Amino acid sequence: MELSLTTRSIGAHTVLEVGGEVDVYTATRLRERLVELIDGGARRLVVDLGRVDFLDSTGLGVLIGALKRLRTVNGTLALVCDKESLLKIFRITALDQVFPIHPTIDAATAADSSGSGA
Amino acid sequence: MAKVTLSFTPAPVHVRTARLVGVAVARRAGVAEELLDEVRLAVGEACARAVALHRQYGLADLVRVEMSDGPAYTVRVIDRAPAEAGPDLTGLPPDKLANEALTDEAVTVGVGLTLLAGVVDDLQVRPVDEGGGTEVRMAWPVKRWPV
Repeated sequence: MELSLTTRSIGAHTVLEVGGEVDVYTATRLRERLVELIDGGARRLVVDLGRVDFLDSTGLGVLIGALKRLRTVNGTLALVCDKESLLKIFRITALDQVFPIHPTIDAATAADSSGSGA
Repeated sequence: MAKVTLSFTPAPVHVRTARLVGVAVARRAGVAEELLDEVRLAVGEACARAVALHRQYGLADLVRVEMSDGPAYTVRVIDRAPAEAGPDLTGLPPDKLANEALTDEAVTVGVGLTLLAGVVDDLQVRPVDEGGGTEVRMAWPVKRWPV
């Protein structure tokens, strides 16, 4: 399935909904969109992986790149994911210790608003 | 023992095709349904690594994927890049992965190897005997078809 990217705002948060397959071919588009959002002023970013069918190391590399970029401007990045196949990938790579991962968008925005974001 | 071989131009767009074929042949070979996500991820990671190496060294050679069933389902992904290529970032701690000093590409290489090692119990990475390059060999158990 092709990559789909949809952006919306919830309060102070910018939510990027990602769908389809994030791999070595499509990750460039995800990187470009994240850079565009951050350069455009987004500082409280939530990436919703709820409709992602496949995520590989290239996709993880792009998310880490966005996190690093946000850190330089005092921004935060939270992920939304409740799919076991994807959560396993974050556990194997220990990236579950790097990203705040929440089961729902509401949980992600609430946690970030209370100051426990990345 | 049945074999399926796939060769593809080292371009990212073809990695998805390799993943799809890898999973289709695994299913046909009798790999358990709950392992197919791991097969998909591992074949994708191994092929993405090969493509990245070919592009890094400007090699137009095809990436070769050999799938065979038998006592186990075995996938070999063969590249033609110099064998010493790539830093060994396996098991890099997460605080280092998010370190400013590493490029996105270096992070991806490290994460890719960690993922491969994490999802494939039977994994070997070794130099190719003839012609140079590296072979990533992965194997998964198969359920025998009822006789």
